Amino acid sequence: MPDQLSDGDTGAPAPMRAVLAEDQALLRVGLTRILESGGIEVVEAVDNAPSLARALTRDDIDIAVVDVRLPPTFSTEGLEAATAARGARPGLPVLVLSQWVEPLYARDLLASGEGAVGYLLKDRVADVDAFLAAVRQVAGGGTVLDPEVVAALVSGRSRPLDRLTDREREVLTLMAEGRTNAAIAARLVVTEKAIGKHTNNIFAKLDLPPAADDNRRVLAVLAWLDGR
Amino acid sequence: MTHFEPMDVLAPIRLGRPHTVTTEAVVDRLRLTLVSAGYAASFLPSLALAILTVLCLALGPALGIGVLLAQLVFPATAALTAVHRRTSGKLLDEEIVAGYASDRGAVLVRPLRWMRDPARWRNFGFLWFSASGGFAMSLVPVTLLTLPLTWFILAVTASGWIWLILLLLSGPAWIAWWFVTPPLVQARARAERAMLGNSRVAELEERVERVRESRAETLDHSAAEVRRIERDLHDGAQARIASVGMSVGLAEKLVHTDPAAAAALLREARETTIDALEDLRGVVRGIHPPVLADKGLAGAIEALTLALPVPTSVAVEVPRLPAPVESAAYFAVAECLANTVKHARAGRAWVTGRYDGDRLRITVGDDGRGGADAAGSGLTGVARRLDAFDGDLRVLSPAGGPTLIELEVPCRTS
Repeated sequence: MPDQLSDGDTGAPAPMRAVLAEDQALLRVGLTRILESGGIEVVEAVDNAPSLARALTRDDIDIAVVDVRLPPTFSTEGLEAATAARGARPGLPVLVLSQWVEPLYARDLLASGEGAVGYLLKDRVADVDAFLAAVRQVAGGGTVLDPEVVAALVSGRSRPLDRLTDREREVLTLMAEGRTNAAIAARLVVTEKAIGKHTNNIFAKLDLPPAADDNRRVLAVLAWLDGR
Repeated sequence: MTHFEPMDVLAPIRLGRPHTVTTEAVVDRLRLTLVSAGYAASFLPSLALAILTVLCLALGPALGIGVLLAQLVFPATAALTAVHRRTSGKLLDEEIVAGYASDRGAVLVRPLRWMRDPARWRNFGFLWFSASGGFAMSLVPVTLLTLPLTWFILAVTASGWIWLILLLLSGPAWIAWWFVTPPLVQARARAERAMLGNSRVAELEERVERVRESRAETLDHSAAEVRRIERDLHDGAQARIASVGMSVGLAEKLVHTDPAAAAALLREARETTIDALEDLRGVVRGIHPPVLADKGLAGAIEALTLALPVPTSVAVEVPRLPAPVESAAYFAVAECLANTVKHARAGRAWVTGRYDGDRLRITVGDDGRGGADAAGSGLTGVARRLDAFDGDLRVLSPAGGPTLIELEVPCRTS
């Protein structure tokens, strides 16, 4: 997926500071190397939930990259620590990494405030440039969802989606992943104007209020997918 | 206007609260007393039939009269016990099944069949109960009720103040009657159920209960196994493969700008791949060891012992058995041998096994210091695994040793 999630790249990498939480040493080292290769400084790398909660109180960080499952109980400590920190500091950018798809986690995250969240499978990290772009997009207040999560959400809402054409469904899925019209157009090899028409149709068919801002658009689509 | 309804004398017994005296409660106790009187009346036929049965047994082989007498005595006993089964069954609100064995055959053969039938012997036992303890038990409510009544009638008809005093003194008898009648009748009905009921049913019920328990334990056990496997995969192979992805991804990014760093990352990725495969092999071994699938129980146990630090001889001669049984037995033996290595300080160990077409029997022994605890977590786990197959585990491990652990699993090859 060479074009994946590349639309959030702001060009010149700003000096960014990140907190990393990952309990497996191998992956912690790998993630640190990848983030630093993208000019993102890892100011603290922790391997358990209490340390993460402490690290998230720092006010010199631009983003937290967090594994869902952390010691001590290996359930969803990472996610809980991240949503709690966003409660204390609204808009704190958090990118959650997981080894499997769980739409429920995505919903918890999305519910924790508008934007500046991401949920990706660990597999995506291997596409280093796309991953770094996603990190920057979330740090910039955007929303990034793993295609698998979106697929799970879309497949879970069969009934009203019947009203959409196949093409519109495709566009909806890409929108939900956090892409702009330009990125969607590039992906589907059509003009941006055509995508604009599709998105208007989708919003009309799903009774969603039109939204100019990309991030608001993602949230509207996700909220709709998540069920009313 | 109250409509008079015929009463069901044999309605089920209800042991209610005894301190509320209502018409209904009094009537209920009166009918139970009547039933009890019926039970007591069975004394005479029971005693007669019991004695006649003994006579049959004594005379039968010698004179042949016994055989003729039996034609009368056994059916009569069956008829009498049938009445008791029906009565006690109704009082307990359940059916009491005799469960006689088939007695079809020539007239002269039938006594032989009756003699071999456990249900008939239970009838015989019941006859004695009915003529002794059962009689005494059933007489109590009747006596307690009628004693004061007798004094009352005598006091009215025959003159004499002695009856009046006796009547006054026997007041407590009615109180006792009030309290003991329902439990006594119920006790008698239950005793009859125990004696006359089909014990096979009880046995099967007990067995079902055991199977249910062992099934629940097995489910718990499998859930724990699944969690362990999930954890092993998540922490092992899955993490390593994700890490390989990261290293390769970063190498891809660096390949033009910093080829040396990229090469180092690729080397690291290759090594991590090997670790990931090793992890996966470990997980697979923990689920179903490949050697077990290939070579069966005997081969797998031999392979198991090769890696042990304690010299272990293996004499397992069993055919291929159903995979779940092989697996359970294999892990049981593995756990026993692991205990030997960990705790026994043994100089040598041995495993023997055979299969007789019905049961798989395996013995794991060592010459160590003994003291193995059957309630320890390791052996409890083994017992639970075997329980799922109705199997057994016996631990003989006196302090000072040696230790013998016997595993037994019923199974058929077909």
